[in-house]
Amino acid sequence: MKKLRPLSFICYLIFLTSCAQYHGPEIQDEQSPKYITKTVIDGIDIPWGIDFISQNEMLVTEKSGILYKVSDGNKTEVSGLPEVYVRGQGGLLDVAIAPSFKTSKLIFFTASSTDGEGPGGHTALYSAQLKGDTLVNLKQLYKGEENSKKGQHWGSRIAFDNNGFIYFSIGDRGNREVNPQDITRDGGKIYRLNLDGSIPTDNPFYNEKGSKKAIYSFGHRNPQGMLKHPETGAIWVHEHGPRGGDEINIIGAGKNYGWPKITFGINYSGTPITNDRDLPGLEQPFYYWVPSIAPSGMAFSTSENYPKWKNNLLVGSLKFEYLELLVIKNNKVRERHKVLEGIGRIRDVKQGPDGLIYIGVEGKGILKIIPKPPMN
Amino acid sequence: MKQLFYIYCISLFGFLSYVQPQKTIEKSISDGKEIYQDFCVQCHLDNGKGVPGTFPPLAKSDYLQNNIEASIRGIKYGQRGKITVNGIDYDGIMSHQGLVDEEVADVMNYILNSWGNVTKGQISISQVAEVQKK
Repeated sequence: MKKLRPLSFICYLIFLTSCAQYHGPEIQDEQSPKYITKTVIDGIDIPWGIDFISQNEMLVTEKSGILYKVSDGNKTEVSGLPEVYVRGQGGLLDVAIAPSFKTSKLIFFTASSTDGEGPGGHTALYSAQLKGDTLVNLKQLYKGEENSKKGQHWGSRIAFDNNGFIYFSIGDRGNREVNPQDITRDGGKIYRLNLDGSIPTDNPFYNEKGSKKAIYSFGHRNPQGMLKHPETGAIWVHEHGPRGGDEINIIGAGKNYGWPKITFGINYSGTPITNDRDLPGLEQPFYYWVPSIAPSGMAFSTSENYPKWKNNLLVGSLKFEYLELLVIKNNKVRERHKVLEGIGRIRDVKQGPDGLIYIGVEGKGILKIIPKPPMN
Repeated sequence: MKQLFYIYCISLFGFLSYVQPQKTIEKSISDGKEIYQDFCVQCHLDNGKGVPGTFPPLAKSDYLQNNIEASIRGIKYGQRGKITVNGIDYDGIMSHQGLVDEEVADVMNYILNSWGNVTKGQISISQVAEVQKK
């Protein structure tokens, strides 16, 4: 009996730790791939952001500072970009076509910029009109302040909600102890603006003295996925955690998502950041990944093209080089599946006007995913 | 006489700042570590081992030891295409990181002298400046 005791204690410990770590389903391997990919355009090293002008036309950013217009398998460089500061993870980042594009020709994009004071740069949001292959009426709508030479964590994704606002993200700029929890500083935030760049007067910190009034939520690390939920209209964001602890969050006004006070991850070196997983007043994620998948880009599949994907979320994994399908039921992630394992580092995921899913893959360009016809 | 001494001092100072005495290797390595932690660690990891088949190792890397100039070029301008490191093929892309020559020299000195790597001599700024895009 005495001999058994340590063993049962160990069993108890395993039971305890496995319970504590259970936070969702294990990822499942891909079973006899049901999908093939077709190259839409190649020759883009890092296709960072994708958005559709129409069924046959899209804009694609190349991180090194090139904006491409892609139509019918050809790409043309769009002229008129501002100067882009390529540094570490920074460069030309996301692009978003305004909901009013057909009449306004308006597009938005984010890029690293050295504008303003001090050495280094920060993330900026721009708008411009696309006339042919040229940008005109270029406006810098927002520029993060206190430039930094750090190469890390610029964000940045863009999304529109149903109420006429534009949202974009800036990462913590490699200064986690200072930026994300301080609403008087840029970095580690989701921002909300009117489409003309003015700040909505009902932004959560609009009346807070000294605050950056464009802030909508804070306590973020490096968000590189953002979209409007197709049914609820809520803004969903995912962000890179440190080692472990990538998160999906549904963004609420003025909410604090906790970085770096709480996290499920640890430093790259293996040392802890904090022992706290939750604290009063800090939001818990909708879902978190341990280990990290390094999420980039995401889309809900809403078409009939892929029956199993319908109303579920697809997220690109930079680290594991697959597309991850997250099956969501009753507001919880119930299943996770690898799709297109080994496809490469996925930077962006979008649903096209045709309902097909398009992915930007490093070294490859833009691919579209086509369901394999059933075997006879 | 005093005036002559001042002139001597000023011209010596001017000369020294003109030739830009190189940082010590210790300083370059410690500056390089900071660059590494910011720009490189996400892929090549804290232990320099990378991810086999995806991100090549820097620790005990035969490619690094035998291709100093190509490694500098890769950091300075970005790298793509197939390379073989310690018997494993890699065919990814390392995008150019926007580092200035001094930062490239520092991070080279760091990776050449970490995780069991030992390298004689020091990568200098001018050595980095001379490496051209291919």
